[in-house]
Amino acid sequence: MNAIVEFIDVNKRFGKVQALEQLTLSVQAGEIVGLLGHNGAGKTTSMKLILGLLRPTRGEVRVMGKAPSLQSSHEHRRRIGFLPENVSFYQQLSGREVLRYFARLKGAALPEVERLLERVGLAAAADRRVRTWSKGMRQRLGLAQALLAEPRLLMLDEPTAGLDPAATREFYDTLDELRGRGTTVLLSSHVLPGIEGHIDRAAILGQGRLLAAGSLDALRAQAALPLTIRVRGRWASQDWTHGISAAGMSVRPVNGRQLEFTGPESSKLAVLRLLLDVPGLEDVDVMPPSLDALYAHFNRAPTHRENSSCTPS
Amino acid sequence: MHTILIVAAKEFRDGLRNRWVLAITLVFALLAVGLSYFGAAASGSVGFTSLATTIVSLASLAIFLIPLIALLLSYDSIVGEEEQGTLLLLLTYPLTPAQLLIGKFTGHAAILAVSTLLGFGGAGLLIGVLSDQVASFELWHAFGFFILSATLLGWCFIAIAQLLSVLVGEKSRAAGLALICWFWFVLVFDLLLLGVLVMGEGRSGGQWLAWLLLLNPTDVFRLANLAGFEAVREYTGLAAIATGPLFRPYMLAAILALWVCMPLGLAVWRFRRRVV
Repeated sequence: MNAIVEFIDVNKRFGKVQALEQLTLSVQAGEIVGLLGHNGAGKTTSMKLILGLLRPTRGEVRVMGKAPSLQSSHEHRRRIGFLPENVSFYQQLSGREVLRYFARLKGAALPEVERLLERVGLAAAADRRVRTWSKGMRQRLGLAQALLAEPRLLMLDEPTAGLDPAATREFYDTLDELRGRGTTVLLSSHVLPGIEGHIDRAAILGQGRLLAAGSLDALRAQAALPLTIRVRGRWASQDWTHGISAAGMSVRPVNGRQLEFTGPESSKLAVLRLLLDVPGLEDVDVMPPSLDALYAHFNRAPTHRENSSCTPS
Repeated sequence: MHTILIVAAKEFRDGLRNRWVLAITLVFALLAVGLSYFGAAASGSVGFTSLATTIVSLASLAIFLIPLIALLLSYDSIVGEEEQGTLLLLLTYPLTPAQLLIGKFTGHAAILAVSTLLGFGGAGLLIGVLSDQVASFELWHAFGFFILSATLLGWCFIAIAQLLSVLVGEKSRAAGLALICWFWFVLVFDLLLLGVLVMGEGRSGGQWLAWLLLLNPTDVFRLANLAGFEAVREYTGLAAIATGPLFRPYMLAAILALWVCMPLGLAVWRFRRRVV
């Protein structure tokens, strides 16, 4: 096992508020893990524990084999990149000056600053003061500083908040590129659509507890969420739908020309075969349960935690 | 060490950029030249008076001004970064809270040292030349000592401001506390001592009062600069009671240096406890 980050039965309490409860989770080298949950679920607290900004009330956090703290060795902390939620910078400095300051602190070479500015698309604006920048530009500068000195572990707290669709797509491209280089990435999000295709594993947090963890496929199987198939066509009668009901899916008309079938994933192929034989069929749309549905499911059923609290891959 | 210098260099450049260095230098230079030129107005004439007289009146004014400038310069040091949202990010970098705080102190200290040297030093040269006293080594020594002790006084209050900036959670509170600090050290403390002295009708005055003076960096500065001038010692009651080996100028400067280290050490200790 080559765990970069390990949480072993971690509890974190702020006064009376239990921010994390019995969290056990590990992130392997080279993985991209999504930390999912609503605000207040414990995502940011988990990240701060990894960064050594907080210490667990009980339990143990290990990052690259060591308990993180602000006094950790220079080399150890250099290998970690962090993009905080709502990142902000020195307003009176230009983007280039800000990034240079951070590069010096991290011991990164100055040419890397130019390369990163280019990469996040800020080269043209680099000499303007950060004060005049848009939220999206600041977010991209935040990503650039997190990438300084080629971190082994990258932590991104709500990385796509405030980004427009084009910038979001670019961000995911960067993420895929990092995966290619073997960087371990832990990213948190409460907006679920979009990140599904880019994470290897998801850890779903709710009220400080780990509700479920695993690959998206495994989570889908575990939740046994129904699959939805939507069809459109012109047909005289709907007698053929009896066959589909027999195959295990329920039928629900959407409007005159559209029908929706919902049922277990196991009957998907049987249903599709039946559908292709239906005269007048124009279109078939298969919708696997989304992360949103998964999230809602695990949030509603905290009992699932028991059999899923520890799912190291 | 390297990390501290990176932070200090950034703070110093910020000081140049937002014209702190320029403003403080100009204020100090104008003050010195103005005091020297109009210093003799009470005796019915204007014109450059001697450097010695200038130093004595400058010292009295510096006691009000330098702590104020130092507190203004640094009161938001840490709490400002926190409000801006950059503190969280900085602490995830390979830099310890102590390095950040000492780096900030060093940067601010450099701003004040450079301004003091340029402002007072430049003015001193001008006054010396215009009043034909360039040749006197003793005067230059006294003036050099004045600049040194003024810088130390400034550093004391920068260190105190750093401490305030880690004690509070909001910038506005830090500003309020800084003002209270200024009042306490510059006005209230001396008034209280004076009150004690008057109530005791002079009987209780003596060595212990001089020791109490050491509890206030502005008084240490005053003693250090007045002690250097025998003529001045005669008039000023405060300096007259402070005799003994501890009250020699360089000993007093060392006490000022202690006054820099103590609040700074306390600030580092508090800051380390506060973040984790």
